[in-house]
Amino acid sequence: MSKELMKGNEAIGEAAIRAGCKLFFGYPITPSTEIVEYLAKYLPKAGGTVLQGEDEVASINMCYGAATTGTRVMTASSSPGFSLKQEGLSFLAAAELPVVIVNVNRVGPGLGGLGPSQADYFQCTKGGGHGGYRQIVLAPSKGQELYDFTLEAFDLADRYRTPVVIMADGFLGQMMEPVELKKPAQAELPAKDWTVGGCRGRAKRKIASYALTNEVGEANNLHWQAKWARMQDTLQRWESFHAEDAEYLIVGFGTCGRIAKSTVLAARRQGLKVGLIRPITLWPFPVKAFADLGGVKGILTVELNFGQMVEDVKLAVECRTPVFSHNRVGGMMPSEGEILRKLGQVFGLAVEV
Amino acid sequence: MQKVFGRPQGLTDLPFHYCPGCTHGIVHRLVGEVLEELDIIGDTIGVAPVGCAGFSLDFFACDFVGAAHGRAQAVATGIKRALPDKIVFTYQGDGDIAAIGTAHAIHVAARGEKITTIMVNNAVFGMTGGQMAPTTIGGQVTTTSPYGRDCALVGAPIDLPKTVATLNGAVYVAACAVDTPKNILQAKKCIKKAFQVQQRGLGYALVSVLSTCPTNWGLSPVDCLKWLQENMMPVYEMGELKMTEEVKAL
Ligand SMILES: Cc1ncc(C[n+]2csc(CCOP(=O)(O)OP(=O)(O)O)c2C)c(N)n1
Ligand code: SF4
Ligand SMILES: [Mg+2]
Repeated sequence: MSKELMKGNEAIGEAAIRAGCKLFFGYPITPSTEIVEYLAKYLPKAGGTVLQGEDEVASINMCYGAATTGTRVMTASSSPGFSLKQEGLSFLAAAELPVVIVNVNRVGPGLGGLGPSQADYFQCTKGGGHGGYRQIVLAPSKGQELYDFTLEAFDLADRYRTPVVIMADGFLGQMMEPVELKKPAQAELPAKDWTVGGCRGRAKRKIASYALTNEVGEANNLHWQAKWARMQDTLQRWESFHAEDAEYLIVGFGTCGRIAKSTVLAARRQGLKVGLIRPITLWPFPVKAFADLGGVKGILTVELNFGQMVEDVKLAVECRTPVFSHNRVGGMMPSEGEILRKLGQVFGLAVEV
Repeated sequence: MQKVFGRPQGLTDLPFHYCPGCTHGIVHRLVGEVLEELDIIGDTIGVAPVGCAGFSLDFFACDFVGAAHGRAQAVATGIKRALPDKIVFTYQGDGDIAAIGTAHAIHVAARGEKITTIMVNNAVFGMTGGQMAPTTIGGQVTTTSPYGRDCALVGAPIDLPKTVATLNGAVYVAACAVDTPKNILQAKKCIKKAFQVQQRGLGYALVSVLSTCPTNWGLSPVDCLKWLQENMMPVYEMGELKMTEEVKAL
């Protein structure tokens, strides 16, 4: 199949159209704006509608409304805008509504800057809104994955009746790469027998998350928790790269996973047994990737923040091996050489850079 | 025996949870009657607010969705855009629509979103125990304006329907009250029209209903009606504030 050269953000837009997304509600913000622009141009041609909300709060709540009807719907934003969507995400999780949300991270905190960042890891994976909920978070690391994961996100959202977040960064969103525009998988999905749309010929339905009776509140929470546990069981995904015989593991997702790959190859050329675990699902975090640490003597996480995913790695590793963290922030990216130097420094290895 | 009065089909048979004398119940009944008379119970999706009407989704006989505080109109927009042939309405308190949800109240009207909004204005945040709302009258004592609303300090009340009426996409805006039988009948006419506007796809329709909150006003239900007439009616412009030619022809 032929490949198309396109920006990461455009690949997301194209995948959404091909996944059967019919509604997009969003508010422009760099570095995610090309998503709403691309869809504004092409979604109407595919029989859909793009509506620019008055803000991100409106946009996520429009998604909530559209999702109650069973219509495939998406929104996209970047960090400050994603913050505004948090209350909505909590409501989506509680009402169990399928919506795909793209967060092309930018630098923070505050208004921050436009460079690549992974500083919204906590916000995406720990339930950035109130109330203690979970949502699927996918971390693509190249144009093809931006496309593939967006396609898949719609199926995951429908299968589990949940919001699904695609966590990218400005580097991935803006970069032009060849993308193979695959057809969506013909997944068998549960019937949408819970949607609203007029009760003619059937009993009235309601979709809400309000419960003032504590017993009902507990039962609701146990129901959600059981679903999240099922997702933790079945959805963990990661890429292993030279990890089988590794003595030292790098853990990095998205852009960092990509840079870490060349670091692994550089280390191997020097005879150092370095491997990579690249988490693909940030939630559920791929704990299983760390079940058998074999001969691993130490782990170095690489992140575009002050160390957020490293906490999940430490929880997965449970003190069986030392875990260090290498961080770049403010829009800066680590080089292959600097990661190598850090490996040498923390594990006392002789490395040539 | 002949049955001469009953619940409209538009309501379920669940007893209301509203306080005795609260006029939310009257407004519910009017909406329920309109849903039945227009034969749209099976084609309608309602959106409930957060406020005393947060449980209204149990009381109406149609499909219902519960929104976050202030977000009902954004949620309704999403539903209507997904199902343009269905009838979508929001039922919101004055705090829900004129405080936290103001941005959506303005923008659904500006977009001419083809939905219907019923705004129940009782001049307080009823649900949370009677705090000041943007609609609280000058001098009115609430738990967060214990010395009376000082308009020099916090501004004068917002007349939201009047503001919304200035926007092109709002084709029908009415302000009613449920204080007397005559006004109740008038309110029903307005509510019905607001749904008919949507059936014809003419644009956005808003009906504000001045309502009472005996519990938080600290007055008997009957005194509440008098208080509403003497204090709210002079502040809020009443009647059909805006009707386009197309709506007049209905
Ligand atoms: C984000 C958020 N802020 C505050 C609240 C608390 N709260 C619940 S209802 C309400 C005000 C309701 O007043 P109104 O809309 O006038 O409805 P009423 O109860 O008077 O009918 C407030 C402030 C909330 N639920 N959510
Ligand atoms: S608190 Fe006020 S508005 Fe709420 S149900 Fe009671 S009387 Fe009605
Ligand atoms: Mg009120």
